[in-house]
Amino acid sequence: MNAPPSVAPLGKDLLGLASLSGDQIRLILDTAEPFKEISERAIKKVPTLRGMTVVNLFFEPSTRTRISFEFAEKRLSADTVNVASSGSSVSKGETLVDTARNLEAMRIDMVVVRHEASGAARFLAERIESNVINAGDGTHEHPTQGLLDILTLRDRLGDLRGRRICICGDVLHSRVARSNIFGLKTLGADVAVCGPRSLLPNAIDELGVTVFQRIEAAIEWADALNVLRLQLERMNAGFIPSLREYNRVFGVTSRRLAAAPRDVLILHPGPMNRGVEIDSDVADGEHSVILNQVTNGVAIRMAVLYLLAGGRPELAGAARRGGEA
Amino acid sequence: MTVAAGVTYGPEPTPGDLLLTGGRIIDPSRGLDLVGDVLIRDGVIAHAGSAISAPDGARVRDVRGLVVAPGLIDVHVHLREPGREDVETIESGARAAAAGGFTAVCAMPNTKPVTDNQAAVGFIIRQAQRAAAARVYPIGAISVGQNGEALAEMGEMVAAGAVAVSDDGRPVMSSHLMRTALEYARTFDIPVVDHCEDMALAHGGSMNEGKVSAMLGLRGIPDEAEEIMVIRDILLARRTGGHVHLCHMSTRGSVELIRWGKERGVRVTAEVCPHHFTLTDERVGHFDTNAKMNPPLRTQEDVDALIAAVKDGTIDLICTDHAPHHYDEKERAFAEAPNGIVGLETSLGVTITALVATGVIDLATMIERMSCAPARIWGLPGGTLAAGHPGDVTVFDPTAVWTVDPARFRSKGRNTPWGGVSLTGAPRLTIVGGGIVFDAAA
Repeated sequence: MNAPPSVAPLGKDLLGLASLSGDQIRLILDTAEPFKEISERAIKKVPTLRGMTVVNLFFEPSTRTRISFEFAEKRLSADTVNVASSGSSVSKGETLVDTARNLEAMRIDMVVVRHEASGAARFLAERIESNVINAGDGTHEHPTQGLLDILTLRDRLGDLRGRRICICGDVLHSRVARSNIFGLKTLGADVAVCGPRSLLPNAIDELGVTVFQRIEAAIEWADALNVLRLQLERMNAGFIPSLREYNRVFGVTSRRLAAAPRDVLILHPGPMNRGVEIDSDVADGEHSVILNQVTNGVAIRMAVLYLLAGGRPELAGAARRGGEA
Repeated sequence: MTVAAGVTYGPEPTPGDLLLTGGRIIDPSRGLDLVGDVLIRDGVIAHAGSAISAPDGARVRDVRGLVVAPGLIDVHVHLREPGREDVETIESGARAAAAGGFTAVCAMPNTKPVTDNQAAVGFIIRQAQRAAAARVYPIGAISVGQNGEALAEMGEMVAAGAVAVSDDGRPVMSSHLMRTALEYARTFDIPVVDHCEDMALAHGGSMNEGKVSAMLGLRGIPDEAEEIMVIRDILLARRTGGHVHLCHMSTRGSVELIRWGKERGVRVTAEVCPHHFTLTDERVGHFDTNAKMNPPLRTQEDVDALIAAVKDGTIDLICTDHAPHHYDEKERAFAEAPNGIVGLETSLGVTITALVATGVIDLATMIERMSCAPARIWGLPGGTLAAGHPGDVTVFDPTAVWTVDPARFRSKGRNTPWGGVSLTGAPRLTIVGGGIVFDAAA
């Protein structure tokens, strides 16, 4: 049986971190804690969302995020359907809103959507009654990634107030960067970005973050670096001269980290370009929490699914034990 | 006057007398502002001034408490015919214009096919005559197919009735083509009308580049994408002696550049749309496609500069860039939705609300920017109530308060950011050639 449909503490949808309060973010993080343990069991399943139908609607290719959502849904016993853009009606020219309305007509409960256009998740959320979870909309937000990054930081650093987090790389085109900036700032962290100016939004200073022009300065300042993936297309589009030069000027290398005055935690939302934005010995090094991020991703998504379904936060622990109220 | 002789571009003159009595007549072309009567005889202004007795058989309208002005003219509209008659037709557009208080509009040539030849110009005029609402003056393309390569046959288009040339919707990216167009157009004494946008710099952006675009993750269009083309066009107009008219100005920098050009005697004129002097990029909010247009909504600083430029005349005239789109086309993710909003039926109300009711400009200045200047600068009939000129008159209530309901538009387009907004100032009577083409009381 589903959790009672009390007033959902997050509202109907999770579209981004810009609109969430500190309490709402902490609620999701706290709710994720008991869900972490489920994935450590031999039988990784609780009946919390039994009978609920979730559609994973991916208009853009995705491996990690889609699988992570699917595990989260299945471990909560939801019925899931995956729709990818190729081979579906989407590739036959159906509009986003028609796709959504058709899904809704099949009486689904939730849609997890990934789309190449900024604002696509909100567009959908405003037009259907089902809960909508943004799994990445264009270069806007990727809230569950932001949340899992924040959870991973909190696991290691504790309270994030006053902690210094630097987001490195292609902030201009990164939905991960935006969700991190909004969420971390709301929680009181000091946020910086570092990358070539051609890959930072022109108005970046107005977002209340510090800008480092040189990676060495960022490393000297930071408690943690969240190193963004540099997409090959950016070079072809003329934003940077070459991947080789990017690594030489902005790459996070063990030699640069060795000069840091403190241990610097290393995050990367993946998939990594080893030898471009991050060197292998850093990615695999003792301060890397990259795989912890992946593990936390499932717990965060379980928490979000649970809370949007109307689950009461205090029952998350009970849900973990399989004794749903 | 550049219009083709004897062509009406709209309804035939209405025979007989029409007398408008007791209105506040504001005609900036003659410095007139008084309560009195206007008589139109056989489609032509016969008298505008003190009260007169009604001639025998005259149709008489009591317009006490209303403003009587030379007909408003919008030099920048997209009527979509031929090609997208599902979105707008010359008839629906001309009726929307009349309902908005406009007695004449100029239709941009980015139709399908493009209005780049004399036959296409003739088609628009014929449709406008059939519609018999507001007059519709065709604008021909600068380049064949608006492809930015070879000059279109301007001479033939002007002979057929075109009043200007423009590749609007697109900029003229080739500076050489722009130079040639400015030189060639001098023969016909028509403005070359440019959509100022450096496409490479705009780089596929969908809104103003700034804090809001950074927050929303939308690719931004910097001010300089407009300003680089504004100064290029001004310099080329200076070089050639041609008349360049700059479309839909949106930035403070553009205003400064136009001022620079005018101070040096360059033949540069410019227009601004109501949305650009009232709304900012904050209006995009959560990806509202009714706040998506090109050029994009900018910042409060730009809005303030544009208002000052309307007040001091650096910007010569107000137009709408009326751009109807199908419901489905705007019902998309922001970056994928088309640019533009409809404007004909909100322009007067938005302008009075934002500029007149607030005391920034007076009604005479507004009428100058919306009627006299368009006529004078583009060489169009109208823009005055002097005897002997066409009987094109707009009667409006400057204090009426109303709420915008897009479902009631005469335009087929519903894409407006002002749905549900309360406006002050509404058209009451639109008269073209002595015939009533819109009557709010009807």
